[in-house]
Amino acid sequence: MVTTVNDLLGLSSGLDRREAVAALLHDRGDLLVVTGLGSPGYDVHAAGDHDANYYLWGAMGAAALMGLGLAQARPDRNVLVITGDGEQLMGLGGLATIAIAKPKNLSIIVIDNGHFGETGMQRSHTGLGLDIAKVSQACGVEARVLRSPGDIEAVRIALRRKSKGPRLYVVKVKAENVPRSLPPRDAVHLKNRFRAQLGLPIT
Amino acid sequence: MTVKGKMARGGGARARKVEGGARKSLGSESQDWPQAVYGALRNADVRHMSFVPDAGHSKLIELFTADPDVTSNVLTTEEEGIAIAAGAWLGGMRSVLLMQSSGVGNCINMLSLATISRFPLLMLVTMRGEWAEFNPWQVPMGRATEPALTAIGVRTLRAETAQDLLDMVGSAATMAYEADQQVAVLISQRMLGRKKW
Repeated sequence: MVTTVNDLLGLSSGLDRREAVAALLHDRGDLLVVTGLGSPGYDVHAAGDHDANYYLWGAMGAAALMGLGLAQARPDRNVLVITGDGEQLMGLGGLATIAIAKPKNLSIIVIDNGHFGETGMQRSHTGLGLDIAKVSQACGVEARVLRSPGDIEAVRIALRRKSKGPRLYVVKVKAENVPRSLPPRDAVHLKNRFRAQLGLPIT
Repeated sequence: MTVKGKMARGGGARARKVEGGARKSLGSESQDWPQAVYGALRNADVRHMSFVPDAGHSKLIELFTADPDVTSNVLTTEEEGIAIAAGAWLGGMRSVLLMQSSGVGNCINMLSLATISRFPLLMLVTMRGEWAEFNPWQVPMGRATEPALTAIGVRTLRAETAQDLLDMVGSAATMAYEADQQVAVLISQRMLGRKKW
């Protein structure tokens, strides 16, 4: 067996991020999706662009909270936030806000590679030992860590159902830079097409 | 249909006429401003509110959180409210954000979400550090509030009197929710009155 540099750095274990995200979004039905900036947005775009996707390209820390506002405005729909460990770390306080708000229709997926992938693969807090699932649970947001395709499939089904409160799933993935799949960067376009698919007026 | 929680409640009711909202002018009783502003916002179909508390906003916060047709969120830091308001608008709901001037400093990068996406944004900011201020730590951000908002692309309106404030909230609500603008109404510390220590 060949030991690679990645093995030594602990970068090789975990799920394939593209496969995991594509599996979560398979047969997505009427899910409304908000993505954090960087690789999670590319993963969601690679799984298939959709009018009900809103991709952030900045405003780091916003994704889960944008999901909260959307979930509160549309309690009849299930909202899925797909973001990364670095993005969620910048919005840790938001988990407290989401816990207190108690939306029954908000799920947060944290694609956790333990690194800041966009900026040179520096280790993030999760790569250095912080457990976002435990932080989430301590705030009062139900959380689980997903490590296998079986875990992903069980959650894929659960995402279609309302729950007692907000949920967070940490998906442990390999730290690797996969080819970029770039979503549109025009935020007004993304906003307008998202609202249009909900039947809302465009200014 | 409702999001239930201690403070998170969403109702389907459209804007209903609320006491105070129909008033076109305020008398010398400037203490009435929270009721008048609440009424103006509810009549503009604002059904969603987020806040970091400030003493100057306490009555307005009480009015919103007691309203079963309004979803209210208490925040850990002000920038959360920028993202929440954007999400609410994506889903078709008008949101207002209440904070103190010190909180504006926490919001700067997050405001790029509102400005680049042209998300409607209405912030009501109570000023500190500018009039009979006892706490010197409030002064730097009080001085920087308006320039910082202007620099990131948020329009500011500054209310010196209760009547100013009521007029400006009505104007700002139209510009935000009808014209996709980002507007902060700054409520002067002189109008709010001297804080008791």
